[in-house]
Amino acid sequence: MNSKVHPSALIAEDEPLLGAALKAELAQVWPELDIISVVGDGASAVTQALQHAPDVLFFDIRMPALSGLEAAAELADRWNTDATRGKPFPALVFVTAYDQYAMAAFEAQAMDYLLKPVQTERLQKTVAKLKRLLANQTQASVNFETTLAQLRGLMTASAPAPAAPLKMIQASVGAAIRMLPIADVVYFEAADKYVRVLSADREYLIRTPLKELLPQLDNTVFWQIHRGTVVNTASIDAVTRDEAGKLSVSLRGRPEKLPVSRLYLHLFKAM
Amino acid sequence: MVSQTAIRWPPLALMQRGLPVLTVNTVIALGLTAFGDGDFGANLVYSHCIGVSIWLLIQAAQRVLLLRPKQQWRRLYLIIPLCVALGYVAGFYLAARLLNDHTNGIWSEHPRLVLGYLLMSLTAGGALTYYFLSREQLASVNEEMARAAGQMEAAQRHAAESKLVLLQSQLEPHMLFNTLANLRALINTDAGAATAMLDRLNAYLRATLQASRATAHPLQTEFDRLRDYLELITVRMGPRLRYSLDLPKELAQVPMPPLLLQPLVENAIKHGLEPKVEGGSIIVRAHHEAGQLTLEIIDTGVGLPPDGAPVDGFGLTQVRERLAASVGARGTLKLSSGSAPGTQVSVTFPCQS
Repeated sequence: MNSKVHPSALIAEDEPLLGAALKAELAQVWPELDIISVVGDGASAVTQALQHAPDVLFFDIRMPALSGLEAAAELADRWNTDATRGKPFPALVFVTAYDQYAMAAFEAQAMDYLLKPVQTERLQKTVAKLKRLLANQTQASVNFETTLAQLRGLMTASAPAPAAPLKMIQASVGAAIRMLPIADVVYFEAADKYVRVLSADREYLIRTPLKELLPQLDNTVFWQIHRGTVVNTASIDAVTRDEAGKLSVSLRGRPEKLPVSRLYLHLFKAM
Repeated sequence: MVSQTAIRWPPLALMQRGLPVLTVNTVIALGLTAFGDGDFGANLVYSHCIGVSIWLLIQAAQRVLLLRPKQQWRRLYLIIPLCVALGYVAGFYLAARLLNDHTNGIWSEHPRLVLGYLLMSLTAGGALTYYFLSREQLASVNEEMARAAGQMEAAQRHAAESKLVLLQSQLEPHMLFNTLANLRALINTDAGAATAMLDRLNAYLRATLQASRATAHPLQTEFDRLRDYLELITVRMGPRLRYSLDLPKELAQVPMPPLLLQPLVENAIKHGLEPKVEGGSIIVRAHHEAGQLTLEIIDTGVGLPPDGAPVDGFGLTQVRERLAASVGARGTLKLSSGSAPGTQVSVTFPCQS
């Protein structure tokens, strides 16, 4: 909003008719809103949002490449780096046709969302709320913190209910199953359709997705520090901030440094 | 059998059965006193000693020799007279000892009396055993009936549940609301397309609701319903979806389980093409060779998980179950990564045409 007179928005919706309809409806309800672009997948949504730094994002939940939620988390992580420097993080509105769990999670996080088919009256309410939010930009940094907390809540809510903590990792290596005590794991890393399991001297691949693995881990021992990284806190040697302000974790027993996502920065505070 | 009946605690069961025995013993003693001779006290002692001895012997014999009364009931012809005779002698001597009677002479002096008492004991023992056994039989029959009723109820509940789950999966809310949202968008921009979409949705919903009732419909109908579904998805996905349906004319009237292919096409869309940014195409085709009908669904989506990781979603399980229910082991469902990236599913079963 800073330099422009009109607020701007980005729509991410994989169904072309629905994207166009939301754009048309917004033109009626909020004529001064500039729709920068309508994109059809989560990855393009992130790229476009970083490039144009709009004031508002309308993200569909189910999209190819990255879901609306994943795209928002990725965006939050990469905000304030290049082109967007100085601009406040956009206000987020999720759009979904029907997703019991997502809806319950939105309620729990007091996050605004629209149900498809989007009804005009409901959209008017959301627009009124957005206008109030944009008018009060002095609160921008507070808003960003709130959004981060909400996204964190939503990301964990989409995971299934916790089971008993896992004790051993069973990884198939050729014809054998290797047993790795959970305490020996330095970190887990999502890699395409697999999860890499790294101990001090070895590396295994398992097929259980990180999303399913996470609830089975003791969350006082294993911390998620990035979308695709879960680290054993006992293996963390130090947390350092580079000149660009990015946090990263160095490990005991392994040479690599792991970046910490902005979503999980709150975990690392000096006592 | 004895141990399977409702009463679980053996002493209690013994007491419950003992009561009628004691009653009968007392009645016999009363009868002897009234119509025969001797005093009531002595008769009571004899009657109970003999009655209880006989009863205990029969109980013991049943436990050992009558484990399956339904098949072994003929053994009672041996058990009862033997136990009655033995019990009679044992009980008689026990009572005589208790009362300090002289028993030496009685067998030879009053043989008719002894025989009479023996016959009476036989009748009483036989009658009581019959009474107990038939009561147990009745209890076990009742129990079996209750179990059968419970099993039937569970089976009916299971059938109703799976029907509901099937319906729920076919009327998937996400698909339904997205379709309605598209319809809402079309009404304002292209009323003609909106009407066409509404007609497709109508046909799709009607077929879905009917599929849980009918057992078969022609291949032509199956392909028509798939076209309705794919048209609905085409409106939603736009240029990201291309499809073709290929049904040879001579197979059009071949019967098949209704909407068997629906979950497979849905999987191809949901797991194959929707997650792919550029979308892709889906082909559904039927062919016939040596009495075998093969239905194929080929998509160019993201493909199966690597390394043959098991794929067992609800849709596949349900198709397998329905196939097994309608054609048994002669039907097969195969999943493979085709030559091009994507997934290929084929369903094969014998056909009559």
